[in-house]
Amino acid sequence: MSGNDLREAFFQECEDLLEALQEGLQQIDSPEHDPETVHAVFRAVHSIKGGAGAFGLDALVQFAHRFETVLDRLREGEISADGPTIKLFYRAGDHLSDLVAMARSGDDAAEPDGAELLGALDELAGDAEDEDLSDLSFQPMTLDLDMIGAPDPDAACEKAGQSASGAARWLIDFTPTAALYASGNDPALLFRSLAQLGALTVHADTSGVAPLETAEPGPPGLRWQLELETDAALPDILAVFEFVEGMCGLEITPAADSLYGEDGPKPALPDNAAPGEATAIDAASASDPTAAANDETSPPADAGAGGPDGHDSAPPPATPANVPGSPPMNGPTNGGKATGAPQPTIRVNLDRVDRLINLVGELVIKEAMLAQSIAQLELPNDSSLHAGLDGLKQLAGDIQEGVMAIRAQPVKPMFQRMFRIVREAAAATGKQVRLDVQGEHTEVDKTVIERLVDPLTHMIRNAVDHGLETPEERLGAGKPAEGRVMLSAAHRSGRVMIEISDDGGGVDRERVRAIAERKGLVTPGADLTATEIDNLLFLPGFSSKDQVSNLSGRGVGLDVARSEIEALGGRVLITSRAGAGTTFSISLPLTLAVLEGMVVEVAGQTLVLPISVIQETLQPSSVAIHPLGRDSHVLANRGDLVPLVDLGARLGYRSEPPVLDDRVLLIVQLDNGRRGALVVDRIHDQRQVVIKSLERNYGQVKGVAAATILGDGRIALIIDPDEVIGAGAEPPPGDMPAAATG
Amino acid sequence: MKDTQTESTNRNGELVAFQVSGQDFCIDIMSVREIRGWTETTILPHAQDYVKGVINLRGAVVPVIDLSSRLGLGPTEPGPRHVIIITMIDGRTVGLLADVVSDILSVADAALQPVPDIASESARAYVSGVIATDQGMLRKIELARLLPASRPEVA
Repeated sequence: MSGNDLREAFFQECEDLLEALQEGLQQIDSPEHDPETVHAVFRAVHSIKGGAGAFGLDALVQFAHRFETVLDRLREGEISADGPTIKLFYRAGDHLSDLVAMARSGDDAAEPDGAELLGALDELAGDAEDEDLSDLSFQPMTLDLDMIGAPDPDAACEKAGQSASGAARWLIDFTPTAALYASGNDPALLFRSLAQLGALTVHADTSGVAPLETAEPGPPGLRWQLELETDAALPDILAVFEFVEGMCGLEITPAADSLYGEDGPKPALPDNAAPGEATAIDAASASDPTAAANDETSPPADAGAGGPDGHDSAPPPATPANVPGSPPMNGPTNGGKATGAPQPTIRVNLDRVDRLINLVGELVIKEAMLAQSIAQLELPNDSSLHAGLDGLKQLAGDIQEGVMAIRAQPVKPMFQRMFRIVREAAAATGKQVRLDVQGEHTEVDKTVIERLVDPLTHMIRNAVDHGLETPEERLGAGKPAEGRVMLSAAHRSGRVMIEISDDGGGVDRERVRAIAERKGLVTPGADLTATEIDNLLFLPGFSSKDQVSNLSGRGVGLDVARSEIEALGGRVLITSRAGAGTTFSISLPLTLAVLEGMVVEVAGQTLVLPISVIQETLQPSSVAIHPLGRDSHVLANRGDLVPLVDLGARLGYRSEPPVLDDRVLLIVQLDNGRRGALVVDRIHDQRQVVIKSLERNYGQVKGVAAATILGDGRIALIIDPDEVIGAGAEPPPGDMPAAATG
Repeated sequence: MKDTQTESTNRNGELVAFQVSGQDFCIDIMSVREIRGWTETTILPHAQDYVKGVINLRGAVVPVIDLSSRLGLGPTEPGPRHVIIITMIDGRTVGLLADVVSDILSVADAALQPVPDIASESARAYVSGVIATDQGMLRKIELARLLPASRPEVA
């Protein structure tokens, strides 16, 4: 049981690592990349190898090992990541993730690609191949010797314990800021205190000091490297700097090897611990001069030894923050900590979160019920009950927001997967494609993300397969041979917009039309607008590819993608410009659990409209309403003629053409960019409502998105304005409603 | 459906008996979750007349079916004396509107007789069998037939 848990934990870890790997490869592929990225990629592969070794997943270990060997050469600068190499890396990364997936499912069918890939990797690995085949232990990162004072924290290990047993040697990198001097502190006094702890060597680094001619009164440039041999423990050393905390860059490292290069002192001490082990303590932890404070900065030794992955959370050794002249703000950090290190996270069973969300939903409903009963008491306004209720409301709202935030996830992992989809689609179609992503940190409810993966995959493939032209066609059209697919996500007025655009030839409307006519999807010669033709692509059974490719073009892609998105309460829009490309815009609710709604009354029924679609509310008397045909009306609003729809009549609650005088008009934004006006009897309230499924026990109802429970415990229906206004004709009364009708 | 059949042939089934428009009906007790008093429902647009609307059952949205209307006995004007029998039908929670719950009884399988041929088509559509009792006759409702088999493919 616990073995399985461990195994599962390993595979979850693998997911993160593979994601880091993909991301790293993309960075290496980009024009300017940080050398650290190569290390990150190497570490990811290495950690997978280490974990796989522990679980006896030999195929995985072997492949990861070869891959790692090549990456090692890249790291050493023996090979460079040029075009073909990086492509190989991508493929190796894909293969690795396949192997992980196979190991996870216990399926050990041979990957056809594997042997060839291995050969290519071995070729790159060169003669370095055999030397460390047996080396499955963790190999510490190499130190960047040219970066003074930036010891490698990757193999970080708490050394304070050892110092208690005997004299230990500490390297102290000390960079005072102007604030230190301004507050009357003197480095010399600090050094004197340090000297009392043990033998101290001081080395002043004046390289940051500007020459006198150009010197300006500004940040001080002096920096000291101290070497202290003492049997005092780390907290004692930190105590010396206690009063200058936040006013200096400070790094204290148990000396492992000389980090000073040529010009520094190089004493050798026999009782040194394993070379390469170092701990970096930022001055922030000096505020709490206990050893425990170090946990924040670097994993303690025992955690690091628990598995080969222990080093992953440690910051990369790049960019030392304590550069002279750039004093860090408060509590200087050690290199890269602020940028590189992931926030600590925990993995929680989703059920628990969902249970919590349900409970919070009930809490919000209860709170609303309570508010309603209190309102009926007609207490004076200054009653303490009101204040208490307001507090409760606030709290319930905060809790709800907090709980929802747990479910919110960045779309990044999903976007990362799309890189592979694009690569594979490009390989299968012989096109050159580059995928650019934007807004990958946009957060969306986890369920939304999960259910979006398939439709998004369809649409990305579609963009590569149908959207982009072949390189020859592109060159002929004066475009670069490499096609571009853009994937972006952004929050827009309470919804998430995800756009997939390509710079291909746009929808070939003539052909789409011809195909649709041939397949009997439209009447030949029908008068169709460009938008209508574009939307034919979403029809079931439409496949514009003359030859069915094994990528997309099965004719199930887009219509299935659309219905999946609509099932999430989302919409898809297509816009296309001939020669310039096609854009699919997906608009999705942020969450499937709550909705900011306007509570209205129609024909005695209480209904909820999503606030995000309501543009304005109007008094009917204030606008001009024109009859159009027998029963329909339009109204002029902001230069548009907007169809007027009586919500009650459209939902079948009442039949008579309403007398509009004492009603309210809601101008709503529809997803096709048009607008509509809904007639309601009264606006009650605006509030957050908890979305309850109507489908679970009943089924879909045309015009109704979902249901919610109001303060009085009754159910109110949440209206889908698009369906209400879009459905021009009264739908025939169904039985208990049949399956979804798009 | 399957449940009721196996139960009716293999063992003594317990039944919940109730009245709808003056006639006595019963359903298998295993499908009954609870019995509630009538509460106002929220009307669903475009629903069949026998769907009275939906109610809030501890946070779940539950449709209520007017049995009288569904069985072809005319619509019910529900009042505070009516009851809603909450049942599980085919994985769905559905409320059945009835006049009054009269009894819970244990009936031997042998007592369940096929619907007489004389019964009208509408009655045969929802009634799977009849049971003769001292007071008269109980019609056993086949719950699955109350709902059309139109469960959404993707829940």
